[in-house]
Amino acid sequence: MSDIRLDAIWKKFGATEVIKGIDLTIDPGEFVVLVGPSGCGKSTLLNLISGLETLSSGNIFIGGRRVNDVPPRDRDIAMVFQSYALYPTKSVRDNITFGMSVRHIPRQVQDAAVAEFAGLLHIEDYLERKPAQLSGGQQQRVAMGRALVRKPEVFLFDEPLSNLDAKLRIEMRTEIKKLHQRLGKTVVYVTHDQIEAMTLATRIAVMEAGHIRQFADPFTVYDDPVDLFVAGFMGSPPMNMIEGKLRQDGGSFVECGAPDALLRFPLPDAMARRVAGRDGLKVILGLRPETIFAAGSELPGPDRFCFELPVAVVEPTGPDTMIVFEIGGRDLIARVRPQDARPQGTRFRFEVEMRKAKLFDATTGLRL
Amino acid sequence: MIRQSQGGIVRAQGIGQRLKRGFLFLVLALFCVYYLAPLVVMVSTSLKSLEEIRQGTLISLPQSINFEAWAKAWTSACVGVRCDGLAPYVWNSVLMAVPAVAISTFLGALNGFALTKWRFRGADVIFALMLFGAFIPFQVVLLPMARTLGVLGLAGTVPGLILVHTVYGLAFTTLFFRNFFIGVSDGIVRAAQVDGASFFGIFFRIILPMSLPAIVVTLIWQFTQIWNDFLFGIAFTVGESNPVTVALNNVVNTSTGVKEYNVDMAAAIIAALPTLAVYVLAGSYFVRGLSAGAVKG
Repeated sequence: MSDIRLDAIWKKFGATEVIKGIDLTIDPGEFVVLVGPSGCGKSTLLNLISGLETLSSGNIFIGGRRVNDVPPRDRDIAMVFQSYALYPTKSVRDNITFGMSVRHIPRQVQDAAVAEFAGLLHIEDYLERKPAQLSGGQQQRVAMGRALVRKPEVFLFDEPLSNLDAKLRIEMRTEIKKLHQRLGKTVVYVTHDQIEAMTLATRIAVMEAGHIRQFADPFTVYDDPVDLFVAGFMGSPPMNMIEGKLRQDGGSFVECGAPDALLRFPLPDAMARRVAGRDGLKVILGLRPETIFAAGSELPGPDRFCFELPVAVVEPTGPDTMIVFEIGGRDLIARVRPQDARPQGTRFRFEVEMRKAKLFDATTGLRL
Repeated sequence: MIRQSQGGIVRAQGIGQRLKRGFLFLVLALFCVYYLAPLVVMVSTSLKSLEEIRQGTLISLPQSINFEAWAKAWTSACVGVRCDGLAPYVWNSVLMAVPAVAISTFLGALNGFALTKWRFRGADVIFALMLFGAFIPFQVVLLPMARTLGVLGLAGTVPGLILVHTVYGLAFTTLFFRNFFIGVSDGIVRAAQVDGASFFGIFFRIILPMSLPAIVVTLIWQFTQIWNDFLFGIAFTVGESNPVTVALNNVVNTSTGVKEYNVDMAAAIIAALPTLAVYVLAGSYFVRGLSAGAVKG
């Protein structure tokens, strides 16, 4: 097992800066997911770790060794690509053993390795076929086999599941997690899918515009986002963002909505103390859909706030039903039990668990 | 309307449509005749005896099939003062065309690979310059090339001609392969790099086996160009080392009193047969490869 350390790395393509000074320490055996919108530099960061791109400045250490000038093949890494990048003229077996054959590893060792991983990945029945004769899911398994078979210290995945259909993606996601638990190797995994990030990672690095906004375990990233970007990126449906003003008159409130239909969300004590003395501050109140539910549908608790608004849209998903409503012209989503849903147009009494609300400074975007 | 049940695109029916289609096929047939008529005349003339040629008309068919003219063209027609037929010159052309085609195709593939998958600073400039080479009229390079061959000691030899064709074929072969490789996923090269293969390892074991369509197109193109070349052949070889195109010209221009049209025709067909054979053998690849390049390039 190797650790990976990125030390103030920068990457520029001509005048455009893609990676803007990233420091990151990945512990041995960790499963780190780099997640972010397209163009945030996550794939470039992965290519820098693999050595497929050269650094503009900074240092990369893999297993304690500085690898800035080490070519990909000598970094003891394996990579799985989004397009799978299988060699079209080679059979599945030769695809898997190519890396070993260019390293002149004896035939018996190659065969033993193929036998070991073909079973693990359920590809033993089509070892002699060409990639074009395989389905997308099978190609994906072959690409994984090609990476696994050399038993490298570090695995790099570049959006490996993006080309699969939804059902297969969930299946492969579980298999990747099982493989990681079984092999215990360090993994760096790039995706734009925040659910993949949540389900797979031991730690998530949320990236935006060449920076890492937050690097923490999935629960911290979800429950304790450092800023508006992370809060809005993680979670599906996304967190509701309500613009408002901080009011401190006989308690702390966030006041929002149109002037003739003001809503005052009371802040829990802990949060109120953090923003004490900042009356009138422009803030954004973040409420995840699951913290808004039908009034009375859960056991009563502290810091609950109820309000009544008409239902704009009803979206059943099966286990839950999403109710879309409006505050100050913006659509918000509440996640209610299906039996609590009411038809469009009727007034609905919502209950909010204010203890789970997040408060952000509207100008800086930072968490308050 | 039984015809329509065969599948394909639904077409409008009616007498007007049929007339239009009839007219279309008529025009196509006319062009076929126009294109094939010279070949028919050549083949039929080459099978006639001299006597028959003198008495009959150009388009009359031979009364009896007679391969004497072919035998003479191959073994005993006079090329200048030497009367050994075309055979030694066909051999010259083979010795020249095969290595020239092979080398220029191989180097073109290597160039195309380096220019697309192993990007280096200035790759685009180099490609633009190479592309420029495809537009240089060959007359311009005759004198400098003759001088170069002289300095290298290759003047008037088959190896000299191989060098000339290789150099001037590179612009085209590089273009063909570059346009093919640009459609090949970069991921494959990256995967091979991570797997540990070197530049040549990736080229020979991954990229070259993938590029069969491009190879066939380039082989056909280069073979046709080099086999049919007359200008470089006449400029850079002498007598013994002439390619068949130059020899053919000499067969036709060597006058021994009577103009032997049947021998001339047979010789011309012999000189053209190899390129025809290449098209027949690999023609389907040619069309496929060209359109693939057109879409992806």
